[in-house]
Amino acid sequence: MNIIATSSARPVARALTVEEKHEIDHEMTLYPDKKAVGLEALKIVQKHQGWVSDESLMAVAEYLGMSAHELDGVATFFNLIFRRPVGRNVILFCDSVSCWIMGCDGIKDHISKRLGIDYGQTTADGEYTLLPVPCLGDCDRAPVMLMDGEQHRNLTPEKIDQIFSQRAKNK
Amino acid sequence: MAKITVDGIVYEVNPQNNLLQECLSHGLDLPYFCWHPCMGSVGACRQCAVKQYRNADDKTGVVVMSCMTPASDGAIISIADAQAVKMRSNVIESLMISHPHDCPVCEEGGECHLQDMTQMSGHNYRRYDFKKVTHRNQNLGPFINHEMNRCIACYRCVRYYDDYAGGKDLAALGSHHHVYFGRHEEGTLENEFSGNLVEVCPTGVFTDKTFSEHYTRKWDLQTAPSVCTGCGAGCNTTPGERYGTLRRIVNRYHHDLNGYFLCDRGRFGYGYNSSDRRITEASLVSTHDDEKGVRKSLTTQEAQRQFDAMTAGDVVGIGSPRTSLENNLALRARVGVKNFYAGFSAEQQRCVQAVIAINREQGLHCPDIRTLEQADCVLVVNEDITNTSPRFALALRQAVRNRASQLATDARIPLWQDAAVRELAQNELSPLFILSPQGTRLDDVATDTFLGTTAQQIALLAAVANIIDASVGNAATDTHGEEGARRIASALITARHPCIVSGISAGSEALIHATANVARALRKYSVQSDAIDVCFAMPESNTMGLALLMEEGGGTLDDALQRLARGEADAAIVLENDLTLRTTPEAIDAALSRTPAVVVIDQLHNEFNARAQLLLPSTSFAEQNGTLVNYEGRAQSSHQVFQADAALRPGYEWLTPVDPLSLVLTTSETILYHSAQTLSVLSGAEKLLPPRTGIQALMKSPRQSHRYSGRTAMNANLNVHEKKQPADRESAMSFSMEGLPLQKDASLLSAAWAPAWNSNQAISKFQDEINGELKQGCKGVHLLQRTLEPHVAARVSSSADNSVVYFIDHIFGSEELSAASPAITARSVGAYLCVGEADAQRLGLQQHGRAEISSGAHTAQLPVLIRQRIAPGAIGIYCGGEINRHAFANGVSISAVAEDSNVLVRSRQMFSELVISDSQQGRG
Amino acid sequence: MTDRPLTKNIDMTRAPFDIGQYRAAGGYASVEKMLKTMAPGDVLDLVKISGLKGRGGAGFPTGLKWSFVPMGESAPKTKYLVVNADEMEPGTFKDRLLMEGDPHLLLEGMMIAAYTIQASTAYIFLRGEYLQAEKLLKNAIAEAHGKGLLGKNIQGSGFDLEIILHTSAGRYICGEETALLNALEGKRANPRAKPPFPQVSGLWGKPTIVNNVETLCNLPGIVNYGIEWYKGLGLGADAGTKLCGVSGRVKNPGCWELPLGTPIRELLEDKAGGMCDGYQLRAFLPGGGSTDFLLPEHLDLTLDYDVIGKAGSRLATGTMIVLDDQTCPVGMVGNLMKFFSHESCGWCTPCRDGLPWIDEIFQRFEKGGGLESDMQVLTDHLEYLGPGRTFCALAPGAMAPLGSALRHFRDDFHDHIHGGGCPWQR
Ligand SMILES: Cc1cc2nc3c(=O)[nH]c(=O)nc-3n(C[C@H](O)[C@H](O)[C@H](O)COP(=O)(O)O)c2cc1C
Ligand code: SF4
Ligand code: FES
Repeated sequence: MNIIATSSARPVARALTVEEKHEIDHEMTLYPDKKAVGLEALKIVQKHQGWVSDESLMAVAEYLGMSAHELDGVATFFNLIFRRPVGRNVILFCDSVSCWIMGCDGIKDHISKRLGIDYGQTTADGEYTLLPVPCLGDCDRAPVMLMDGEQHRNLTPEKIDQIFSQRAKNK
Repeated sequence: MAKITVDGIVYEVNPQNNLLQECLSHGLDLPYFCWHPCMGSVGACRQCAVKQYRNADDKTGVVVMSCMTPASDGAIISIADAQAVKMRSNVIESLMISHPHDCPVCEEGGECHLQDMTQMSGHNYRRYDFKKVTHRNQNLGPFINHEMNRCIACYRCVRYYDDYAGGKDLAALGSHHHVYFGRHEEGTLENEFSGNLVEVCPTGVFTDKTFSEHYTRKWDLQTAPSVCTGCGAGCNTTPGERYGTLRRIVNRYHHDLNGYFLCDRGRFGYGYNSSDRRITEASLVSTHDDEKGVRKSLTTQEAQRQFDAMTAGDVVGIGSPRTSLENNLALRARVGVKNFYAGFSAEQQRCVQAVIAINREQGLHCPDIRTLEQADCVLVVNEDITNTSPRFALALRQAVRNRASQLATDARIPLWQDAAVRELAQNELSPLFILSPQGTRLDDVATDTFLGTTAQQIALLAAVANIIDASVGNAATDTHGEEGARRIASALITARHPCIVSGISAGSEALIHATANVARALRKYSVQSDAIDVCFAMPESNTMGLALLMEEGGGTLDDALQRLARGEADAAIVLENDLTLRTTPEAIDAALSRTPAVVVIDQLHNEFNARAQLLLPSTSFAEQNGTLVNYEGRAQSSHQVFQADAALRPGYEWLTPVDPLSLVLTTSETILYHSAQTLSVLSGAEKLLPPRTGIQALMKSPRQSHRYSGRTAMNANLNVHEKKQPADRESAMSFSMEGLPLQKDASLLSAAWAPAWNSNQAISKFQDEINGELKQGCKGVHLLQRTLEPHVAARVSSSADNSVVYFIDHIFGSEELSAASPAITARSVGAYLCVGEADAQRLGLQQHGRAEISSGAHTAQLPVLIRQRIAPGAIGIYCGGEINRHAFANGVSISAVAEDSNVLVRSRQMFSELVISDSQQGRG
Repeated sequence: MTDRPLTKNIDMTRAPFDIGQYRAAGGYASVEKMLKTMAPGDVLDLVKISGLKGRGGAGFPTGLKWSFVPMGESAPKTKYLVVNADEMEPGTFKDRLLMEGDPHLLLEGMMIAAYTIQASTAYIFLRGEYLQAEKLLKNAIAEAHGKGLLGKNIQGSGFDLEIILHTSAGRYICGEETALLNALEGKRANPRAKPPFPQVSGLWGKPTIVNNVETLCNLPGIVNYGIEWYKGLGLGADAGTKLCGVSGRVKNPGCWELPLGTPIRELLEDKAGGMCDGYQLRAFLPGGGSTDFLLPEHLDLTLDYDVIGKAGSRLATGTMIVLDDQTCPVGMVGNLMKFFSHESCGWCTPCRDGLPWIDEIFQRFEKGGGLESDMQVLTDHLEYLGPGRTFCALAPGAMAPLGSALRHFRDDFHDHIHGGGCPWQR
């Protein structure tokens, strides 16, 4: 690995937290090659930080003994590694064929109107980010979306309203 | 040999190759992008589609990628088949949908593989009428431009930069039609071979930034075959000129040496040619009382008259390892052999002489660079080759992959299946051992890097030799050394093609002997041939040439300076040499103070030649013809590219007055021809000269392309009459577009071009097969013959060299001329001191603080770099053109300097430009 | 014996069986039988003769695939089994059912496959979004470990096996088996060239078998009850049962285990309850988003690899997507094109640059402004992105619905081009 003593303008690797390291260390035991853990490590960081900042990316790369460039090549390949900040809840909204047949476009418009965000945007309060996702494998209960680890199925505008008002109340 | 049928014609092929490679080898035009002769196939671009038939009865066939299909015996394919043609035109249409079509303003225009392939694949009408994908570009530092919108996603850049050159900071990012090739954050590309991206990229994404600053189309450049002056490797280059200035350097294929690739010093180090440090006129320091010490310019005639007058008496001539044989020969002729002295430092001369003897010894063999690539076990001794002879390092990165080739061959995976071979081999690499005082840039692919001072390295080498052959070398003194020596020895013994690489930068003869002894010991295990490969990198472009010349008589630099200091000469002529790089200030002062007249012929102003009474401007490598001898003893011709301003002359022209009888000026050719007849070390060198019979004797080779434009208008601002083209009275080349067409005679091949092939990839048309020898042209002449009996050298004792100070080299900055090029300067750092953590603590030094070093009367304050990877006790000094190495060569004392924070910040900033490897781990 | 070997334990109204319940229901019997009485070669022969075909989409005979793995003394020591659980093909939801409904069945199947090729490490490459499956599989692996069914020297047989769960981060291309291997190695998931095949040089350059979840879930039954039983399950030429799903505007969308050879009509009408009221069947994709459209006239065909192949489509994943008469076929194909375009890995030219062009054209059809010449561009792409032309099968998969739509729905395209956009939106 090259050390280029960094000048002030460039991002510098942050320190990984003990938990992050611990979890990454565990992953390392499962693969014969450190590099294989790259994606897992990014997911671990994302789980803790919400997204993968340059500083986090560099930290992970350093920890795995690979270059940040190479790791970013992996990070940016995958849909679910967020290289920009996202809201506290990421809504993965299925827009694939079965959901489309079942009217997901209307549901998406409804969500967009309600939250005031389009795909790729985050609500002003940093609560929600809306992202399209390829087929969630729940086509018999379309339209569906995944939020906060929970799959919401057979969506209707009413159901959407219910979900979001419920969450607003719980907050 | 196997046979394949292409569109009804039968060709003989090598079944180990793929169809694309074989089609190209046979001169067929088949478009491609992702395939590269050195990087094999990955099947990404799909441009090389052909139709393949199962047998003679198969009339339907299937479309296959020729680069991914073996050229197996009996294969029947068609390039012309309608479906294949359609496929290729679809591919190029796709590739062009987001291309900006900015050829008129694109630096690649006119030598663009994408343009060529677009033509060849028949795409001329744009059907795509949607928005193009666009990208943001990155600033990649002083060498390389980045224009991602031109990208066609062939993946060649990352395959070259990461997989081939070992770069870590360029990646494919994103996916689908948004793939992006760049760094994860903007910044200078770190790899020392980044410039090859310019040639590897088939379009204008990566272009030469130094060239952009004074851009000219390829066809408007005047070019000639040249040899790089960046180090002693002898890589072949093609410099290009327009309007009297050098515009760029590109690679020129040499089968045995550089192949397709140069290092960044060689490519971007030409800028000094037009830098403001260039000596542009002759000048004389006045001796008249009223204006004593004032430097006044002279006309060329005046200068020549002065020169002759000043050097009429007893003259000492000091030659140069960084200029041609011809210039040195001219000096030698002028002053006479007994007054001719080498321009090396004393220890350098001893080292080169030792190397020459090794290069003459039977049973040893000096590998060319291609042979280095084929080594399956390499031992690098002391030399930091990435920084001293960089092209070697790129070759060793290929050598470590021979393990992969072996595994693939065993698994019957064709070697051109690039991804599959890498996948199969994973991290398995052929053994590479490095002995070095500090971590090197090759450590990431090394089996092990043993950090040690020169004495420790000698001891380890002796132990290795001893294990291999007990009659050579000494047993290790400690178990740690023993274990390391065992590993190295057993790897060398079991290798089919071991290779030992070193150099002379340590200036230690003992180290050279210890290194050679390992090779000598290995002889008895030699499997493949009866000689063991061992080579020594040479620091300058003609170090070896000058050293050879000295065998024909002449003294050392010390002799010269002592003679001058004794006041025994009336004048000294110093040829292209900054003596402060060769000896101590005291020695120079003593010599100059007693010498009435000092004449220096040189290209760039420096502190030393500022002290010359008469300073004569010399042409650069691009402005003169000359012969350079590389580390192997291979003499190669470097041709003049363009005519310099009349005030500048090649050294040999200043030195050799007009022959009053014949009234013919001496030419570089006559100097070489004559010397080859009379000096035994140069015998055979006349073969470098163009044939004196046949068509080449009648017609010259043009330096300008047949499309060279604007010649009649070039000087129109000065005079409406078209200037007569200068005549080249010296060489087989002409300063014009007329002459022997390349297609008839390519023996002087500078810029490859063939119909439909405007890019550098046209080179395949001049090779006997892909990656093969050039069909015509001279590979150089080997001046060294193996005439000495094999012998077992004396054991070398490690106490033969006890220095702890070692001098650091940097690819950007350590070579005198290239260091004065703006792009190189931008990547260079100033002098610094380097120590390990423990030593820093002992000496009270702080990271990025300053240390005062002193040796005798000399002191200097240097920023401190504390490195993890450095031999305990070793002290590294990088001179950076600021301090005199010889003043500190005999040991230094070090003390810390109290620091204010400004200094810390400044030196931290300086070190941020420095690319070094300092990782504990080798190759994982 | 059962006629629903894949789903006999599945009841989505309750939690899946834990290891105790699973064993009580006859689970892991096949492993015990295998370890006691069968050599790896015996299992290989059994699977070969059983006629089991891969359920991941390509329908390649599983036993044949396994037989390419080098075996014996000279073979590499390290080999891998990899489960392809990256289910992301649009309209496909069958592997999810198996993993969420009966995770131990997959583990049991994996043990059989791993033993056959003598792999001591097996990875489950699970789609990142399948959180429930992740939880259940993790738990099941731990349970199996606890009972000595995984780990070193399983049940004293000398056979070792570790199962490692890898969760991905969302890319359809990771389902392509060689791209999957790259992803597992922590690299960008571009596919690899074949040859060399993964069976010879796969994960980390070692011999590797990649099988679909459902494929592996077939194995315990085959080992337990034998070939005759397995073949007997199929009604036609193909052996065994298949998970078949229906989505779209049908009364009762879902996923069922049916004998191969069941008529499509039975699946659509009996199982899925027929079309929703007020909707007519217009066409259907029989096996996920990368299969060709079939028409109502094909309803009496049987769910057999060959039968559907002969009709010009593929059984593939067996999950049918239904196009009704009130949904725009052009829009539907456009949706698929957007998906494939986005999910292209970006490695080879035709797919990377061809699909986005197609996607743009469909967007233009939708909005209005489509050109007659666009039809030519689409037609050109059918061949250009077809099998053998691209680096992997993603793009040819995308061409299946497109090509068949161009054949079957010409008039709809015409309406879009000449009517100023999508008639359903107007
Ligand atoms: C683009 C693409 C995506 C695929 N996705 C999957 C997938 O999600 N799951 C799967 O099992 N097979 C998928 N496949 C098929 C696999 O490449 C492979 O054929 C399969 O995993 C082999 O398993 P089998 O022999 O058990 O069917 C995909 C193929 C392609 C070309
Ligand atoms: S067809 Fe080509 S670009 Fe598309 S997914 Fe396969 S390899 Fe990648
Ligand atoms: S050159 Fe053959 S696919 Fe690119």
